[in-house]
Order: sequence, then C-alpha cells, then structure tokens
Amino acid sequence: MSPALPAEWRDFLALTKPRVMTLVVFTALCGLLAAPVHINPVLGFTAILCTAVGAGASGALNMWYEADLDAHMKRTKGRPLPAGRMDRPSALQFGVALGVGSVLVMGLAVNLLAAAILAASILFYVLVYTVWLKRRTPQNIVIGGAAGAFPPLIGWAAATGRIDLLPVLLFLLIFLWTPPHFWALSLFVRTDYAAAGVPMLPVVAGIKTTRRHVLLYTLPMAAAAVAPWPLGLVGMIYGLTASLLTAWFVLLAVRVALSRETDQAQMKPERALFKFSILYLFVLFGALVVDRMILA
Amino acid sequence: MTPEFEQEYRRRQRARAKVTALILGALVVLFFAIAIVRM
Repeated sequence: MSPALPAEWRDFLALTKPRVMTLVVFTALCGLLAAPVHINPVLGFTAILCTAVGAGASGALNMWYEADLDAHMKRTKGRPLPAGRMDRPSALQFGVALGVGSVLVMGLAVNLLAAAILAASILFYVLVYTVWLKRRTPQNIVIGGAAGAFPPLIGWAAATGRIDLLPVLLFLLIFLWTPPHFWALSLFVRTDYAAAGVPMLPVVAGIKTTRRHVLLYTLPMAAAAVAPWPLGLVGMIYGLTASLLTAWFVLLAVRVALSRETDQAQMKPERALFKFSILYLFVLFGALVVDRMILA
Repeated sequence: MTPEFEQEYRRRQRARAKVTALILGALVVLFFAIAIVRM
C-alpha cells in the first residue's frame, strides 16, 4: 500500500485562517499605534507577527477539533482536514507549535504582559469557545467574541507594558460587535449550521429571536464605540467617525430587527448588516489611529 | 508506489522544504534584529 501524500504547504497556510488573521493583524496594529508610547519598529513588528501567528494557531487548533463539523457545512467542507488533504495529527502539531512559539517569542522579545494576554486569547478560543461552549450553547458567538477582542489589547500591552481604559473599551467594542456580525451571517446560512448540528441562535431560538438579539447587542456596542469621545480618550476625528458609522450600524440593525423575510436568499438587511459590519470595524480602528497620531 | 505518485510525493516534499527554509531564514534575521535592538 502506498503511503499518504504529505500535505501541501498551502494547506498549512489555510489552517491559519488567513482572512480572519487580517482583521486580527489590523486591530492589533491599531492598538499598538494608538498607544501613547513609542515602540521600536523591530519589536512592534515582532509583537504584530506573534499576534498573527497566535491567531493562526487558534485557527489551526479550531480546524483540528472541528474537522467532523466542518465536513457537514458547505462553507467549510473544502478545508484541508474535511477534504482529506491533511491528517489530523499534522494539524494538531502545527497548531501547538505555532501557539507555543508565538507566546515564547512575544514573552522573550516584547514583554510578559503581552505574552500572557496572547496565551490567554489562544487558550480561550480553543478550550473555552471551540471545545467547551460552541456545541453546547446558542450564546457561543458571544463567548467566541471575547477571543477575537484580544488583539487591540495585545497591541497596546506590547507598546506600553500595561492595560488602560481605551484598550479595554476597544476590547468591549469587538466583543459586542461580534454577535450582531455573526448572527447576521448565521441568519442567511442557518440551514448550513442546522445541518452541522451547531446550536446557533437562529437554529435553536428561531429567526425572530435572533433578529431581536442582533439589535439588543448593537445598542451596548454603539455605546462602547462612542464612549472614548465623551471620556476624553480620543479627539474629534474618531468621535465624529464613530458617531456617524455607529448610527448607520444601528439603523441597519433596526432594519434586521423589523424584517419578516424567512427565505434565506432574500435576506437583504442581514446581508447588508454583515457586509457593513466588516467595513465598520476597519474604518473605526483606522480613524482611531489617525486621531491618536494627530492628538500625539 | 507508481512513478506518478512518487513524483508528486517528492514535489510536495521539496515545496515544503523550501518554505520551511525560507521561514527559518526569516526567523534568523528577526532574532538577530531583536538581539541588536534589545542590547
């Protein structure tokens, strides 16, 4: 019998979820640049690289654990493990190596606080979200949101060696942004989640409840997004950008909450909110950096 | 093992070895730069 073919290097890259990584890199970089302390470019680059590799480790370990689940969903069945292009031990070893390596380098080259938050974010995503809660509760996305909210905190901690109110608000912003972002998506791909047996909110509680929850989480998210302005942590550039974009976000969430459409293909407000939510986070964090640099 | 299979096996091994070498080279440069900066 012939031995199995070794996995292609591109499949190892796919395990790191490069598209998710772009948002992680961007928000970590913004946290780093918004910090009031100058960091040496080499150490700044190292901090962002470690954050990206740590996120890659989380993605790889998530795909290792969820290979059976991914095989049932249209969106994920082409991934290296369910498609049979890689064996599970390779994915596990790759994920562990990336995770341990990224935390070690962060601790040795940057600082221990940033390394500790990075380690916590990887462990939280893999153990608390993926292994423990994702298949057990329809609130899985809320918990998972916390894991994705760590990067700006890591960037800030890498530059300053401490945690302040602004990065905590940025953490809160991403944490509260995640549920409306993912629930909007899960509304128009809910049959996929139902087929895989994932207890996503639209599958468990129905479309109407999910739409109400989208709006319910958007309101505190709006408060967290705008709060840095009245608290005097940022200037007018961020304040006005956040106010305008957040108002539009709330409007789209209201449209979702009021929608009565049940045909997934016709769910335009949900698609609009999902698309806008990605742009929203990128522009908001971009405005924060510009604002803080001008303020400095 | 057919010749086609062996050819594909070797091609993948070579590609992985090249990528690994590139990553290791980049890490050497990065660690050197970190050492200089932190001195």
